[in-house]
Amino acid sequence: MAVKVKIPVPLQRLTQGKDEVEGEPGTIISLVNNLDQKYPGLGERISEGGKLRRFVNIYVNEEDVRFLKNEETPVKDGDEVSIVPAIAGGNKEVQKFKSA
Amino acid sequence: MGFVHGLKCRECGREYPVAPVYVCEFCFGPLEVVYDYEGIKKILTKEKIFSRPQNLWRYKELLPIDGEPTSGLYSGFTPLVKAEKLAKIIGVKELYIKDDTVTHPTLSFKDRVVAVALSKAREFGFDTVACASTGNLAHSVSAHGAAGGFKRFIFIPASLERSKIIASLAYEPNLIAVDGNYDEVNRLCSEVANKYRWAFVNINIRPFYAEGSKTQGYEIVEQLGWKAPDVVVVPSASGSLLTKIWKSFKEMKQIGLIDELHTKVFSAQATGCSPIVAAIKQGVDVIKPVKPDTIAKSLAIGNPADGYYATQVVKESGGFGEDVSDQEIIDAIKLLARAEGIFAETAGGVTLASAIKLIKEGYIKEDSLTVLCITGNGLKTKEAYIQPNLRSFEETLKKINER
Repeated sequence: MAVKVKIPVPLQRLTQGKDEVEGEPGTIISLVNNLDQKYPGLGERISEGGKLRRFVNIYVNEEDVRFLKNEETPVKDGDEVSIVPAIAGGNKEVQKFKSA
Repeated sequence: MGFVHGLKCRECGREYPVAPVYVCEFCFGPLEVVYDYEGIKKILTKEKIFSRPQNLWRYKELLPIDGEPTSGLYSGFTPLVKAEKLAKIIGVKELYIKDDTVTHPTLSFKDRVVAVALSKAREFGFDTVACASTGNLAHSVSAHGAAGGFKRFIFIPASLERSKIIASLAYEPNLIAVDGNYDEVNRLCSEVANKYRWAFVNINIRPFYAEGSKTQGYEIVEQLGWKAPDVVVVPSASGSLLTKIWKSFKEMKQIGLIDELHTKVFSAQATGCSPIVAAIKQGVDVIKPVKPDTIAKSLAIGNPADGYYATQVVKESGGFGEDVSDQEIIDAIKLLARAEGIFAETAGGVTLASAIKLIKEGYIKEDSLTVLCITGNGLKTKEAYIQPNLRSFEETLKKINER
């Protein structure tokens, strides 16, 4: 078992069209760095200098990591991580978060 | 004319040519219009501005169009009202109301942004204009769109005040009431905008549209006799207006129309939807989305697109933020009407009520030259004042008789 990572459409070009890939457990930032080795270029689209980009939202099991431990949020086997661009300030995941 | 260099990502700085795009394709940050300020400085003088018609296009070099404007030729240049009675009541020496309750043609500051958006949409060759709206924008796109001969699609939350829905219908747009709140309507519109070649003024035209808000700031400076105020209090929904008023002051300084800029910018929100003010008060950069619950529907954006930038402006300028209850909003609407004869919509109540609190708390000093941005007309949100039923009327009547 690994971490399930959901890839948004604009980044699927870097994952050979896959909308879901497997990641390694650890923290969010280590997961992103590991993904970048498998899918070069993915890391810089999501993070810069070890920090998540402001307009990329990341959810661990539907919880926004900004309200957890940000880059240092732990992820373990079986967790589901969603990467969601914040385009126009609204998306399904945020709605889910808000109604939670 | 035309002093636009292009578009630039506010986050990673990547540059893009002028096009109906709004998101950086690399880092998903918002795009901002970049101007040739050196070029503008050479030709835009106070005398030139003064010689032009009294509408928002008198600052056209600082707006993102290439040719002559085609929309909103009568919009803007609203009064800056010296509010002496209100100043005494709330405890500041010099108080002005920037009165956008009388903006042409639909009585809110949205006529400014739509004037710019539709002029730009025409330059891009669009024949259909659209928007996601909490009401005021719906009116403005409907009206400006009708005048400009565009096809019009307007998406609103079905829960909107009835008077706002009726006012939009008058201009015969295609009005689509969505069963959801503004953030949900906005999300739907993003999907529609990806599929249809329409000019969604607050989505794919947003970088240009948002620039129209700057005209409120230019006018304040010009009407104060070419100086920026000490304090400006701005109602915040997406946070865009606040950031653009600040940008307008900075631009005025950059091109030499004012010498000094020491304005403190304050954000006003309703307690029932205050994600920006909450971040300001907590001193954090992260905007926590909320589910709006307030009578100030025109400010009810729970997940504000420019919220982060609004907090940065407040921090940079040395301002602060305050939020107010529905009752404080209603009391402030009444106070403004009673003291100055200006009937503002709920957002205006939010601005005045927040200002009152900020003065009491000492964030706004008594001797500060203070401007309140009143952005929409009260005739649009009468429901906030009295519910349209007999019981509500009789309750009101009872209060009147008890006086």
